[in-house]
Amino acid sequence: MAKEQLDGAQALIRCLENEGVEHIFGYSGGAAIPIFDAIVTTKTKIKLVLVRHEQGATHMADGYARATGKPAVVLVTSGPGATNTITGILTAHMDSVPMIVITGQQIRSMIGKDAFQEADIFGLTMPVVKHSYLVKSTNDIPRVVREAFHITNSGRPGPVLIDLPKDVSSGPCTADLRATMDLPGYRPPAAKVDAAIIHAIAKAMSKSVRPVLLVGHGALISGAWDEVRELAEKLQAPVVTTLLGKGAFPESHALSLGWMGMHGTAYANKAVVECDLIMSIGSRYDDRIVGQPAKFCKDATRIHIDIDPAEMGKMIRCHIHCVADAKAALKALMPHVSRLKTDAWIAHLAEYKRRYPLHFKKKGGLKMQHVIDEAWRLTEGKAVVVTDVGQHQMWAAQFYRSDHPHNFLSSGGAGTMGFALPAAIGAQFGRPKETVLAFCGDGGFQMTMFELATAAIHRLPIKIVILNNHYLGMVRQWQELFYDDRKSGVDLLGNPDFVKLAQAFEGVKAFNLKRGADVRKILSRALAYNDGPALINAEVEKTDNVYPMVPAGRPLEDMIVERPRYKMEKPTGST
Amino acid sequence: MSNGTTDAETAAHTISVYVANKPGVLARIAQVFARRGYNIDALVVSSVVDTHFSRMTITLKGDPEGLDQVIQQTSKLIDVIRCVEHRDEESVVKEMALVKIAADEAERTLALQIADHFGAKTVDLTESSMILQVTGNSDKLDAMIRLLGRFKVIELVRTGKVVLARGDEVT
Repeated sequence: MAKEQLDGAQALIRCLENEGVEHIFGYSGGAAIPIFDAIVTTKTKIKLVLVRHEQGATHMADGYARATGKPAVVLVTSGPGATNTITGILTAHMDSVPMIVITGQQIRSMIGKDAFQEADIFGLTMPVVKHSYLVKSTNDIPRVVREAFHITNSGRPGPVLIDLPKDVSSGPCTADLRATMDLPGYRPPAAKVDAAIIHAIAKAMSKSVRPVLLVGHGALISGAWDEVRELAEKLQAPVVTTLLGKGAFPESHALSLGWMGMHGTAYANKAVVECDLIMSIGSRYDDRIVGQPAKFCKDATRIHIDIDPAEMGKMIRCHIHCVADAKAALKALMPHVSRLKTDAWIAHLAEYKRRYPLHFKKKGGLKMQHVIDEAWRLTEGKAVVVTDVGQHQMWAAQFYRSDHPHNFLSSGGAGTMGFALPAAIGAQFGRPKETVLAFCGDGGFQMTMFELATAAIHRLPIKIVILNNHYLGMVRQWQELFYDDRKSGVDLLGNPDFVKLAQAFEGVKAFNLKRGADVRKILSRALAYNDGPALINAEVEKTDNVYPMVPAGRPLEDMIVERPRYKMEKPTGST
Repeated sequence: MSNGTTDAETAAHTISVYVANKPGVLARIAQVFARRGYNIDALVVSSVVDTHFSRMTITLKGDPEGLDQVIQQTSKLIDVIRCVEHRDEESVVKEMALVKIAADEAERTLALQIADHFGAKTVDLTESSMILQVTGNSDKLDAMIRLLGRFKVIELVRTGKVVLARGDEVT
């Protein structure tokens, strides 16, 4: 049989198949028409999900990747189609999420001439991608795709953009689809871990009586949850996670202190303040965690395990730096450590757990925490939880305890409002048999609510819980605490009737939830509906505040656990 | 210092970046430096033995602590093979300058004396001007240009530093 003559777009689709791609989240337009055409002409099995806005496509691919560990593909057109992906690319980049973004582009001879729907997306995205390509020759497509997939999900993952001029995707492709990579400058760390560094870590640990393991997203990415648990149990060392590290260590475990940072548990933050040794496993000691870098664990032995050498010393100086994959490092370390004398330390922290539990009052108006806590009970803590950004995100992290990896998806680094709904759609595509639960604020939901159409069309049984306080609650909280309660630009007057809005989409079941007494009943009904999306509009208390709280840029010692009676200084060390 | 900057912040650094010869690589590197507030004083991009690669030599001033971060971030770029800072004693550092001065017949002799002292060549000569070409380390170029200040310096161009590590070290 004669070899099938492919054009660039068809070659692209075949290459995506070879990389194991199952989903393309896309939105067409002039420059992308040949690629969308190839989805038909190649009769590919890759599922095209037509989104309603390109930002939605990126968050879907993001949610898919966070839920499955596999990259998905975003396919959009040139110009505004391409620029609409930038927020989603930043979101993935900040949280080390793999993603392939393919953008159509003007034909080569028109590039740089302000042609119709031309945007220099290669230049515009440069600071927020792991790598990017402007493909100049059709025969480069197989190599570029190969490299892009290798780069996006190896080492420290991150988004890769491929800008494909329309004449390149339309031209004949004669190159071998199994192209070899040409990446002389890319060397993800080898699995072998420096033995001398491992011995140094083991030696430092042997002297510790108040150790803390700080587990971040990197531990999840490397699949190191078993090793984290084994190490913690072997050492008898308490574990705190970052927000994105939730699920890397079971929060129901006796050694778990939950997650630390600006709104983390009081006992996690206190443990970090009082520890004599802290070892980060795949976290980047970011500003939401360290508060004030110069004062962070300043008398403790600080150890940093990270796959990215550029993270070493970026935020805080550590005594031991270990550039390695988290799983490989922990495996190497395991035989060299033994149980530490931590009984007194663990008892001390247990006292903090008793004294400063996460709590809320069910009396009075409906609380976000109540809804989240009940959702946790009803789903037995097993749902894939996706959050938006703001107060509800912090409470979701506090009250939806995670025992399972890849089950808590949240925009941590970028703090992208509008993330939850599309990311939940992506997560549901990736894990079709599981319960996917999206917690949104009324603000964030309205940023990407048009993707309800995407969820409805595909009859995805996602559960969307809008925790509706008619405010941009986190900013309102800051205005209350630091700006004499002057509310500015936070009152979401004129919110739509979310139930009616949801009912406008076929197959979406929607509920209003107004009273604490109805939480269980309404949640149960939403969870039982699986023929399409279910949406709950929960009218919650308008002016509740999230505690504990470490004011931005302040040391963890300055954490407050309840509303202070004094006027607080405006934070200056960070935003 | 009176203007609030420290010696460390104004110290000069020479950084050599060995890169894959691909479009956009200079823009990526420049962004890493610019985002962290480093102003590039001089930049030389040149071909190397293997045409798949090129070498950039970057000269800048600034805080050495932040610079380590920048070097790490630059090294992390996919198209960067390596990025290292060079210390003068471990490497050969050279720079070239062309200086066009106004010098009539009467002044020419003094100008040539200065040129001769620095091993500079006269590469252009007219009745009213001359261009001197000087090669060497940056201090030497600075000294000659300072001395030529007694003439009217019409135009001046410097290549920026080029660096190679000595002996077995790679650049």
